[in-house]
Amino acid sequence: MKKILSKAYLYLLLLVIYAPIAIIILYSFTDSKSIGQWKGFSFNLYTSLFRGEAQHAATISSAITNTLIIAVIAAAISTILGSIAAVGIYNMRGKSRQAIQFTNNIPMINPDIITGISLFLLFVSLGISGGYVTVVLAHITFCTPYVVLSVMPRLRQMNSNIYEAALDLGATPSQAFFKVLVPEIRPGMISGFILAFTLSIDDFAVTLFTKGSNGLETLSTYIYADARKGGLTPELRALVSIIFFTVLILLIIINIRSSRMEKGNR
Amino acid sequence: MSVKPNSTPAESLSGKDCTQRPPDIPLGGNNIINEDLGTYIIEIDHISKWFGDKQVLDDVSLFVKKGEFVTILGPSGCGKTTLLRILAGLTMTDKGSVRMNGRDITEIPPHKRPTNTVFQRYALFPHLNVYDNIAFGLKLKKTPQEEIEKQVRRVLKIVGLTDYEERDVESLSGGQQQRVAIARAIVNKPQVLLLDEPLAALDLKMRQDMQMELKQMHKQLGITFIYVTHDQEEALTLSDTIVVMNKGKVQQIGTPTDIYNEPVNPFVADFIGDSNILNGIMKSDFHVQTMYQDFECVDKGFAPDERVDVVIRPEDIYIMQRNDSAQIKGVVQSCIFKGVHYEMAVLTEKGYELLIQDYNAFEAGSEVSLIIKPNDFHVMHKEQNINVLKGVVENSNHVSFLGGSFECLPHGLETGTEVSVRLTDRKIELMDYTDEGGAAGCVSFILYKGNHYQLTVTADNGDEIQVYTNEVWDDGDIVGIRILPEDIIITPLKEKE
Repeated sequence: MKKILSKAYLYLLLLVIYAPIAIIILYSFTDSKSIGQWKGFSFNLYTSLFRGEAQHAATISSAITNTLIIAVIAAAISTILGSIAAVGIYNMRGKSRQAIQFTNNIPMINPDIITGISLFLLFVSLGISGGYVTVVLAHITFCTPYVVLSVMPRLRQMNSNIYEAALDLGATPSQAFFKVLVPEIRPGMISGFILAFTLSIDDFAVTLFTKGSNGLETLSTYIYADARKGGLTPELRALVSIIFFTVLILLIIINIRSSRMEKGNR
Repeated sequence: MSVKPNSTPAESLSGKDCTQRPPDIPLGGNNIINEDLGTYIIEIDHISKWFGDKQVLDDVSLFVKKGEFVTILGPSGCGKTTLLRILAGLTMTDKGSVRMNGRDITEIPPHKRPTNTVFQRYALFPHLNVYDNIAFGLKLKKTPQEEIEKQVRRVLKIVGLTDYEERDVESLSGGQQQRVAIARAIVNKPQVLLLDEPLAALDLKMRQDMQMELKQMHKQLGITFIYVTHDQEEALTLSDTIVVMNKGKVQQIGTPTDIYNEPVNPFVADFIGDSNILNGIMKSDFHVQTMYQDFECVDKGFAPDERVDVVIRPEDIYIMQRNDSAQIKGVVQSCIFKGVHYEMAVLTEKGYELLIQDYNAFEAGSEVSLIIKPNDFHVMHKEQNINVLKGVVENSNHVSFLGGSFECLPHGLETGTEVSVRLTDRKIELMDYTDEGGAAGCVSFILYKGNHYQLTVTADNGDEIQVYTNEVWDDGDIVGIRILPEDIIITPLKEKE
């Protein structure tokens, strides 16, 4: 009896957590104006989304492109910055290392809204008008700490002598970095890149504050605007489902990679 | 088996106070002192190194001949690895210089030095296979492909790993990984091969096999080996020259035989092999008094009645059934079979415990006689100025030294006067807690003197004192130091000089 209760509790909890997204996914497979009306199973929303027959189809597709471009650039740059930072932190000692690691963690627990507002104020005070550049810069800011966090474990597991061994064998410091250190931390860098990519696609609050007023829209800001204007365009239900599964797959990849990395070191 | 009448440079190093050392004498040890300087491949010249406020190398000098197998031997934390890293260029020295083939390389980065290193934990590149690991250095030098292949095959044959080219390094055993690490270093044909405890991670059997192979390789390659280890047996087996280090200082440099038979101080005697170290008094030339008995010895050149340390190796004591001709009478306390010999602890009539190794076993409880031949006594100078410290007068009956404050007898000196503080023998008490007693310190060296322990305690201010005790303390114990007022003898510094 106790067992049944505890199981029931677990499933109830999962139901509550996943009900909203499940409803959207469910209603993405029916051709109705609004959620709640079931007009029979159909792929119509998906086909019209991909054929560009939806309302504001051009805006939707540009929002998708913007989102992907921003995500790729931000993820690439934060991967480079974060990896270099991780190597730097790894080579620090004692108190300063702890201090830097703590500082690195702050942006991650900082609410998005605060990151968004502070970046907005920064860009305004520097006179940089909102647009692609500010959004990319903002995304780099909040992605980099996550890259640091995913590269650090690789460095810690590494035999600390291998960089020195490369120098000893005649490699210049930069050769040793690229030929020995980078291959060693590459799995962490790839995980960090994927993580940064999903975080960037995902972001709403920071983007909203930094996108400026030149009409730049990413998926999240577009969907928000669209929903406010008088109900969600039905095709966006299909789009939301696709994004959900894309992010889900990326997260599964990250998890599989990290569990493999742990096994590999046993 | 005697101390040379004229103090050798290595001996002068044994003093803890470095101001005692004549500054101009090269510290290379007597084996090389008079040779032509041009024949040295490595000249380490008075180097010192600090990590923060901790000094890890203290004025170390070392000269290495081309093709020599030199072992740097010492307990962990003695600075031996730091010295090796300075040779490799991975650590920079704070003072002094390093020359290789007569060229100053003190500031040269590691990738431009003619040295290669075998690291303690192999440090192979996990993302490369055996072939690419070994070819790493050659590829950087832009060696032609065919030449690389030839060289890799050559060194794989030397280390006995032919046909392992394609193997993933992480699939190899510890011994095989170490062979790859050695191959990776020697393929570059370095002039000097640096080895940092390369066998420490291997099991005993594998270690012994690899020792033999290393010795063989050294002969075959003809390059200079600098080998760091804490294993005295390994050092004795492998080396042409052994450098014994402790606390950042070179204690002794010499051949394995020299180091074993003629240790310059109790540390070396204790660290290399087993030994009985006793207090003694040199009554006159060739006569030493120890264990309350007079013995004939072969040592001379000491001051009359000079207090000395006497070393007797356990295998040099003859043990037999009790008879009248015995020098020393004793009772066996314990007897352990050690494979080739038996190791026995014998308590003498005068209360000294001696360690004895012999092929014949005498059961615990049996009454025995012991004989020690004159040339089996090895007599060493004691350190000068033991337990003489610098201090400052605090008030009429307090003086501060050892980083603490001690009550002393009234002395009539003014507050702030710098004084020399001498502590009388055997009156220093160690306490379990640092707040007991006038100062605190850490037990840094323990020597069993047959019937008591001689401890070196390093006080919080870095000064050292020697303490004689029957209590058992451990290396690294944190202790309070208590000294009675009447055992503190104060003389103002100025009058003394």
